Amino acid sequence: MARAATTSDAFNAVAEPRRRQILDVLAGGERPVNDLVGLLGLAQPQVSKHLRVLREVGAVDVRGEGRQRLYQLNGQALKPIHDWVKGYERSWSERFDELDVVLKELKQQEQRRWRQ
Amino acid sequence: MTSSGTATVTLPTEEQILITREFDAPKHLVYKAWTTPELVKRWWTANRGEATIAEIDLRVGGAWRYVMVTEGGFEVAFHGEYREIVPDERIVCTEVYEGMPEGEAVNTMTLTEEEGRTTLTILVQHTSKEHRDAHINSGMEDGMQDAMDLLEQVAISLR
Repeated sequence: MARAATTSDAFNAVAEPRRRQILDVLAGGERPVNDLVGLLGLAQPQVSKHLRVLREVGAVDVRGEGRQRLYQLNGQALKPIHDWVKGYERSWSERFDELDVVLKELKQQEQRRWRQ
Repeated sequence: MTSSGTATVTLPTEEQILITREFDAPKHLVYKAWTTPELVKRWWTANRGEATIAEIDLRVGGAWRYVMVTEGGFEVAFHGEYREIVPDERIVCTEVYEGMPEGEAVNTMTLTEEEGRTTLTILVQHTSKEHRDAHINSGMEDGMQDAMDLLEQVAISLR
């Protein structure tokens, strides 16, 4: 899968640990920048820079309320990442469904041996 | 009950993949199904093709190699070396997808049993985020390949 630049690809946007922390905080609800600065222990310009990247891929939305700007998570933008992991999970689930069949047989064989 | 649920996949760090699944069987049987070539051939392909090779030299330093051929004739091969073996409990081995030989991962498989049921976990440790991501994508490509094969069959039947 070809990757686009950091600013337009959700995968790259969440590759940076600090940006994942921001998303984790926002998953708990809307927050102003100052809250994020306090919770992450980063300087405001750094937090703003990360928020800008997240906004550009649509992972966070912002709205003004009075003098404050409130940031919120937009999970829909992260769906490609979710789908990517789910596809891999599906192939393992199918493999394990086959393993279930093998295990059922092994259990029956073992039980037959005990009865004899 | 045959199915004990779906596998869950998480990405604990940038270089790891963690796969977890519970089975309705004691751990010695899960271990047996995991390490016996003729049994591995039955489940490893996930019904996506035929397992042509399942070689298991189950000792530290011993090699393993699994090969599957999809219905469309696409060959998928993996191999590696065993690094640690604790019967019925834990296997550490390397894993290389032969289509991408530079990306060697280290897999730690563990089995824990509770009241006759076994939780299996596989921690896949890659050397870089790029390799990990490519590994997950390779799973997707196999799925894609199946879909393409199916499409091809449908197209042929319509001729």
